[in-house]
Amino acid sequence: MFTNVSNFTQGVDTAFVVIFGMCLVFLIGITFFLIYFALKYSKKRHPKPVDVKDNKKLELTWIIIPTLLVLVMFWVGYKGYLPSRQVPADAINIKVTGMMWTWLFDYDNGKKSTNLLVVPIGKAIKLNLYSPDVLHSFYVPAFRIKEDVVPGKNNWMWFQANELGDYDILCAEYCGTRHSYMLGVVRVVSENEYIEWYNRDESASADAEHIGLQVIKKNACIACHSLDGSKIVGPSFKGLYGRSITVETDGKTRILLADDEYIKRSIYEPNADVVEGYNKGLMISYKDKLTEEEMAEVIDFIKSLNE
Amino acid sequence: MTDLVQKEHLNFYQDKQGHKGIWAWLLSTDHKRIGLMYLYSIMIFFLVAVTLGFLMRLELIKPGKQFMEPETYNKLFTLHGVIMIFLFIIPGIPAIFGNFVLPLVLGAKDVAFPRLNLFSYYLYVLGALFALSTLVIGDGAADTGWTFYAPYSVKTGTNVSLSVLAAFILGFSSILTGLNFLTTIHRMRAPGMTWFKMPLFAWSTYATAWIQVLATPIIGITLLMIIAERFFGIGLFDPALGGDPVLYQHLFWIYSHPAVYIMILPGMGIISEIIPVFSRRRIYGYNAIAYSSLAIAFIGYFVWGHHMFTSGMSGPARIVFSLLTFLVAIPSAIKVFNWIATMYKGAIDLQPPMLFAMGFIFLFTIGGLTGLVLGALATDIHLHDTYFVVAHFHFVMFGGTGFAFIAALHYWFPKIYGKMYNIRRATTAFWIMITGFMLLYFPMFIAGFRGMPRRYYNLLPRFQIENFISTVGSWILITGLLLMIINLFIGARKGKKADKNPWKGLTLEWQTDSPPSLENFDEIPTVKEAPYNYKS
Ligand code: HEC
Ligand code: HEM
Ligand SMILES: [Cu+2]
Repeated sequence: MFTNVSNFTQGVDTAFVVIFGMCLVFLIGITFFLIYFALKYSKKRHPKPVDVKDNKKLELTWIIIPTLLVLVMFWVGYKGYLPSRQVPADAINIKVTGMMWTWLFDYDNGKKSTNLLVVPIGKAIKLNLYSPDVLHSFYVPAFRIKEDVVPGKNNWMWFQANELGDYDILCAEYCGTRHSYMLGVVRVVSENEYIEWYNRDESASADAEHIGLQVIKKNACIACHSLDGSKIVGPSFKGLYGRSITVETDGKTRILLADDEYIKRSIYEPNADVVEGYNKGLMISYKDKLTEEEMAEVIDFIKSLNE
Repeated sequence: MTDLVQKEHLNFYQDKQGHKGIWAWLLSTDHKRIGLMYLYSIMIFFLVAVTLGFLMRLELIKPGKQFMEPETYNKLFTLHGVIMIFLFIIPGIPAIFGNFVLPLVLGAKDVAFPRLNLFSYYLYVLGALFALSTLVIGDGAADTGWTFYAPYSVKTGTNVSLSVLAAFILGFSSILTGLNFLTTIHRMRAPGMTWFKMPLFAWSTYATAWIQVLATPIIGITLLMIIAERFFGIGLFDPALGGDPVLYQHLFWIYSHPAVYIMILPGMGIISEIIPVFSRRRIYGYNAIAYSSLAIAFIGYFVWGHHMFTSGMSGPARIVFSLLTFLVAIPSAIKVFNWIATMYKGAIDLQPPMLFAMGFIFLFTIGGLTGLVLGALATDIHLHDTYFVVAHFHFVMFGGTGFAFIAALHYWFPKIYGKMYNIRRATTAFWIMITGFMLLYFPMFIAGFRGMPRRYYNLLPRFQIENFISTVGSWILITGLLLMIINLFIGARKGKKADKNPWKGLTLEWQTDSPPSLENFDEIPTVKEAPYNYKS
């Protein structure tokens, strides 16, 4: 507590301590009188109850004092919150996509990152939040920040990190089966390191990997599809190519062969043929996310898993 | 009384109104029998939901998978929440004690519309069966959380429609019960019982009934909208169809926040009955308590937005909702002060009902005060949707309403069964329960403050200690609960015969026999004095 990890930690923690402190005083007071009266005026010690008249002054006191105190609490809460809505004009804009069950980050220069948000220390960062599927909530406990990622609504948040290190990103709004695995990391680095990372071209260094696999990783397909045959929430890619698949189309069951055409349609219109035993509506359409070339690579990679 | 009268004097269990066996229950329009049918049904559902809670805690005893998949965990907390909210805590006190006790404390023969009352019971059962059937039908229980947030609730393949329909039917049952109580309180008070001579339990039931009647339709409409969206693809909440997910949240909480007061007000009414009886003192600040119930019911309508501080509401809206939230805390605080002032210079008898009532004050105070931490903007942004919230609502709902419910059970038990449970064992159960309770839920505040989100199957190693303690706490709490239930069960069957007025209460229900006759009173009583007028 009272660290300066982000520009909000102090405001939030101060509010917490002030409010919690006042509450603690009340709790101790109430508990004390509860137990004290129960003992002091127990039937054994105090067999004859005394009638006490209502006391207007006392009643007014315990209306007015708590009212003033809660107004103070409201005020500190408001003060601690206000900066979170006042983003500096020179903030670095980063687009955050929260989707089942991955965090994607898009930087201004086209740089993309999955589940890893790299930011420079001491700089204001503005996160523009998008969701293509359901509600999520971008939560970094160490920074004391949280904002819901609402499909169809452009929510935003900002922060400034003041200490180097890695901090967890958690999803705080329930978003389905693997909600609790929707984890990411904010990495706070020095300005120089940031610039170096920001300008580095990942595709050059990762040339050992199949391009199809890179596409799959970048689009976070592996949050739902495994490569080793195990079932997550979607069918595994392993052994998919060339198999006969039972699907449901418009309420009717039919059997299709998993060829290029089928895989392409599964990715562009995932809800047209729904694989038996899996849920409709979980996978979104990647129509405007995967180009034709990327699609060909993905299909080629899925094919290569059979070898 | 002559011998002749005494022979004809059957209690309501013996007076079967010409029905045989089980039909004497199933077809009865007697408010006492209906109250008891609710009691038994609700207890069964409660135990089912406690079992689900126990299983969830067991899964979270340490990181990694113990014995269930995430799918299962998600279904469990949804069903646990749905049962606890819609089948236990919302209907609980009004349906059981409102039915059994309200006509008695008013000096009435029954509620205003006895047949409608029986109909509400069957609606309740129907809704409950729908909710439970989701477990076995089709793709299994809903996995959305009890809030059914769109658009996930529109997309998931599980039985959401059925759960939603269940909540809708239960809402109807709730509206009808509320209507019945409003009419009863307006029209059927005993001669001489003016509004301000009415016992406080009746006052709180009155405030609750208004919320039930006015707020419940909103959830009805909302749930119908979800069904329209799922079945007919009408875009209301799902952006993929052109809808707005935040609209759903507004509608949901416009109902569900007032519903929080449906949950707590009747409990407060019970505490206001019990504290004066066991302190042998007039309740301190009768008017303040009665008015604060109405104030809570009224302000409670305007604070729903505090569930949505992080949903992207406009800045000014967040500020207004936060301010109003703080104001609604005042009437609750006033009640707590009045209860404690009632104990001052009393002659306090720590019988089980009183112990549970004091347990209520302690736990509810913790729940209420942590609510202030959540009502402040800066802190809520950090704590929203974490275990801090899970702890907070278990303290107010279980520690508050739940303990009030148990206090009521121990308080009116001799009136209901004409017998007494074992006082010693009830006291032991109380201490076990409160210990378990603190161990189970207090660590959740810490885990929440340290950032553990709610509805979280995957336990991160750094929250291990809190969660381990919490799981052990759940075992202790459940042991206490079982001891309590067994004790009451034995008491109802074999307990010592209880006096007509074992606690020396002054309200009307204690002036009639235990158990009461079908018509409650031989002669409708006349009220001359304010309730709780203990002479010193
Ligand atoms: C949120 C989870 C999720 C994500 C992310 C996701 N999918 Fe899917 N996918 C599913 C589900 C569930 C199914 C099965 C139901 C259906 O057919 O729609 C599926 C089906 C498929 C199928 C058909 C598989 C079969 O056995 O017939 C293919 C191919 C596929 N996905 C490819 C992808 C690709 C490529 C990506 C990334 C660009 C991706 N998916 C991202 C959930 C997901
Ligand atoms: C022994 C008793 C109980 C245990 C062990 C227990 C345990 C739990 C646990 C582990 C969760 C899930 C938290 C999460 O993953 O987010 C939960 C959620 C919940 N509990 Fe309980 N609980 C108990 C009693 C109660 C009672 C009495 C009530 C109501 C009066 C209640 C109402 C709820 C609600 C509304 C939720 C939220 C469900 C959701 O997130 O959709 N619980 N409980
Ligand atoms: Cu999420």
